[in-house]
This record gives sequence, structure tokens and C-alpha cells, in this order.
Amino acid sequence: MTDATATDSRSGTDRAMIYFAERARWRGPEVALWIGAFALAFLFPSRALLFNEVAILALFALSLDLVLGYAGIVSLGHGAFFGLGAYAAGLLAKAGAGAAPLSDPTLGLLFAALVCAAVGYVTSFLVLRGSDLTRLMVTLGVALIFQEIANRMAWLTGGADGLQGVAPANILGMFEFDLYGRNAYLYSLTVLMVLFVFARKIVHSPFGISLRAIKGNSLRAGAIGIPVNRRLNGAYTLGAAYAGVAGALLAQTTAFVSLDVLDFHRSADVMLIVVFGGVGTLYGAVVGAAAFKAMYDVLAAATPQYWEFWLGLVLVLLVLFVRGGVMGLLGAFYARLQRVGGRP
Amino acid sequence: MTAVLATEHLVRRFGGLTATNNVTFSLPAGARHALIGPNGAGKTTFVNLLSGVLAPTSGRVFLGGRDVTTWPAHMRARAGLSRTFQINQLFAEFTPLETIGLALSEAHGEGAQFWRRVGTSRAVVDEAVSTLERLGLGDVMEERVGSLPYGKQRLLEIAIAVAPKPKVLLLDEPAAGVPEGEREQILDIVAALPAEMALVLIEHDMDLVFRFARTISVLVGGALFVEGTASEVARDPRVRQVYLGESEIDHHIEPATGKTA
Repeated sequence: MTDATATDSRSGTDRAMIYFAERARWRGPEVALWIGAFALAFLFPSRALLFNEVAILALFALSLDLVLGYAGIVSLGHGAFFGLGAYAAGLLAKAGAGAAPLSDPTLGLLFAALVCAAVGYVTSFLVLRGSDLTRLMVTLGVALIFQEIANRMAWLTGGADGLQGVAPANILGMFEFDLYGRNAYLYSLTVLMVLFVFARKIVHSPFGISLRAIKGNSLRAGAIGIPVNRRLNGAYTLGAAYAGVAGALLAQTTAFVSLDVLDFHRSADVMLIVVFGGVGTLYGAVVGAAAFKAMYDVLAAATPQYWEFWLGLVLVLLVLFVRGGVMGLLGAFYARLQRVGGRP
Repeated sequence: MTAVLATEHLVRRFGGLTATNNVTFSLPAGARHALIGPNGAGKTTFVNLLSGVLAPTSGRVFLGGRDVTTWPAHMRARAGLSRTFQINQLFAEFTPLETIGLALSEAHGEGAQFWRRVGTSRAVVDEAVSTLERLGLGDVMEERVGSLPYGKQRLLEIAIAVAPKPKVLLLDEPAAGVPEGEREQILDIVAALPAEMALVLIEHDMDLVFRFARTISVLVGGALFVEGTASEVARDPRVRQVYLGESEIDHHIEPATGKTA
């Protein structure tokens, strides 16, 4: 190799290093989003309960985005882990009778995550056996089984009456869950943000890239030595743990768990949110959850009987005409803005 | 010397069709081998059996002396067997840089790392960049693979397979569909591969075969028909018979013997 080409190769490597760093760099709008989300607690304290719901829904949607958007596993039963996490955290809080250490909320989150990860890992082997349609059916079936189990084990779950007396202890022994839900929102948002940052890290890691590769072309992924099923087992387990934490947050911040947490509509809603927000973008889950709740809020107030019609219409239009959901729309807008601004 | 890749009585049936029929085959290190045969001879099925995409009905596959018959594709890849596909199998949403970076991180056994950002290992990035530059993809390494012209995609298909420095490389019609003007580049790249890498070329194009191969196997009806050095195979009357009508082969007998002598 001549000196000239050696210099060339070095500069190529430098460019490539910058390229990789640039792909994972935190961007302005991201930081603004998180600051804005925290500011909401203080700007509109009366809406904190609603914001809390959004944060929980966003975390739940984030968990599905990891499974669907990155690993490419279509699941219509992701609510199973949401519900399982809710019951796990609820039962632990109940066992601790509202006092630390057992009723400590962070311990509850950890417990829910571990239970869901374990169940997610085991069920992932069933889910990964088939093609997309089979996966759809298996995930749906598993969720239905969970719902019926919770219904039958009324001695543990409270059955149709729900699980009462699951009020958790103060967060980290310091912050009380207040009546207006502000601390609840700040708590859920903090958990969402921490898990989001972790998910973002994973997505930009070799493991995360290999998931996208499997989703893109599993034949080629196997041919370059990626253990396809093992990686998907991992992704499904991770998604299950995330969903469980979301469920745990709901149980803790509402101090109540009912069979509704395992209802099919949760699995369907969260799928809707991810597709609406933009599959495989992480932020689509957050933006989608906010948009979903906002639309529900506005539409249900304006046309209480027909709000689902309008929601459906918006969804159909978005999926048909915009590639990549709300995030796709924002991305296109952002790109145009940069062109107009004369930046490359 | 042990063969880097071998099969014993390999059979694969699809319903009533025997696509691979009792093939016993052995490939020494550093081989420049071509696998030829008329359409439907079972060449691609054989490659799929070797690389683990398909499981054989019976028989065994050995890689570096180890029985890998039951190994899935990814384990064979990790054991040093790489391949290209007749039809490009790429990650359309990736850039060439990401693609080769991924192939290398998997080859280094770092693919399961979730705590580290991709592209932080300078050695891996350097290797990826130099591979891309060597294969004429340096100028497009940050572009979306799905938007690259076909010839560049074909080069990337080879780059993915070559990047992990495999012991055995199976090239399934590497120049298929590539415009005439860009074929030379692919040939040059194949010719410049390290001598210790055992290569198997699956090809229709006799011109390519006789320029590249030192040894040739002819597959007919799923079975090994003739094996030998390039000049032996070229002179073999049975091979001529199989290719009767495909008069191409006649043109290449003379240059081939000239080269291999």
C-alpha cells in the first residue's frame, strides 16, 4: 500500500467514526421534548392525572416498538405483559401493606420487570416458532390465556372485583403519591425517561443493529453469523419487561388493579399507537401515545358517540398517505425546514 | 491434508424430486473451485445445504473436519463459512458502512453487546472502511443500500461475505445480472482474494469459470457428474455431451488449457 492510499484510508475511518457518532447523537428536539414533558407537571398541574396516563401508555408503546419496530415480531397480545406487570406490582405492594420495604414502588417496578422478563422469555419460544400470522395468533392466544387465568385465580387477583389495597409506599421513602397526581406523573415520566434512554442506547448498540438486520433480512442475518432466534428471544424478553414496568406504574399510581389491565383493547390500542406514531423510531411511541390520548380527549368531548369513528379515520389517512406515521411526517417536515434554511 | 469443507453422501429431496443426489465432495484449503452444470442441476440447492440454509434429507456436511450437518447457518458462518446469494440478500435500510460494520462485529463475537454504541471500536470501523474501499464501495458507504445501483449492490453482496475473512467462500453467480462493463471489476475482486481462502464459484458463464477455476465439479441432475482440473473437465467428452447445444464451452477449451498448464 502506498502512502497516499494509507492516508486516504485513515481519513475514511475518521469519517466513518464521525458518521456512527452522528447517528446516535442527541438532537435538540429530543432534549426539548423531555424538558417540555417535565414542565407540563408544573404548567398544567390539574391535568397531571391525564399526563400520567400518557406517560404509562408511552412506556407501554415503547415496549411494543422494541418488539415490533426493531425485532419485527408482530404481537397482538402485548397487553399480557402489561397486565402481568400490574398484578405483580399490585400484589407485592399489597403484601407489604403499603409500607416499605415490600411496598416500595421502585422495588415493585423491579419485581414486575423480572416476572415479565421470565414469562416473556419462556413464551418467546412459542412466539418465534411461526411466521407473522402464526405469531399474531400465538400472542393473542397467550394474552387470552392470561386473562382467563387472572379471572379464575380470584383468590389471588380479586377476580372481577379487582385487586384492592395496593397503595404503594412513598417513592424512595420521600415522595408521596398526592391526590392530584403530580408526583405520580413525575414518577412515571422519570421511569419512562430512564427506560427510554436505555432503549435508545440498546437501539444504537451492536445488539440493536442486529435486530434491525434480522427484521430487514433474516436469511442474510443468519448467513453473517447472527443467531436469529436467540436475538429475538432477547428482544421479546426485553419488550415484555418494559411492558411489565408500564403495567406496574399503572397499578402503583392508581392503587388499583382490575381485569381490565389484561383486556384485549390494551393490546390493540398499543399497536395502534405505535403504528400511528411511527414504527421503529422509539419517539413514535411517545408522540403516538400523546396524540392518541389527546385525540381521545378532544374527540370524546366533541362527539362522545362517534369519537372512535374520527380516530379510525385519522389513522386510516395517516397509514395510507404518510410513510412512517407521525414521526415520518415530522421527519419530512424537519428535512424540508433544513433545506429551506440552506443547511445541508 | 484435511479438507476445509466436505460432504458425504449428501441427499436432499423435495417431494419426489431429488435435487441433490448422493454427493460426496471435498474442498482443500485455498481451492479455486467451480461448480457448474446445466439449469436445474441442483447447484443452488447444494450451496444451501453447505451453508445450512437447507437441512439435508440424509448424508453429512463437514467444516474444518467437524460434522456440522445439524448446525444452523449462523453457526457455520461463525465457523468460517461465508456465502453470497444468487439474488442479493442485503439490508435495504442500512448503509454499506453499517452493513459491513455489523458483519464484522458479529464475526468478532461482539454482536450481542447492548451496552456499547456501534462504531466505537476504531479497529472494526477501520476494517470496515478498508474492506469497502477495496471493493470499490468507499464513495457510497454512507448511502442507503436500497438506493444503490445494482452493480454496487452486487459488490456489497460480495463485501459482506468477504469482510469476516472466511476460510471458505461460496460465490453463487457473483456476476449475475451485472452489466457487461462492471463484470471485470467483480472478476478482479474475486481474483484478488487471499490465496488461503478456499473459493467455490457457482457459475453458468463458462468464460468466468475457465478464467477462475483450477478445479471443476460438474453437477447434473443433482449428482456429481465429472470432477477434475479445469483442463480435464474441458476435454471430457461427457461434459461436452451435457453441454451439447451450449456450444460456448468449445470456445474456451483452448484458452483454459493454456492458462492451467
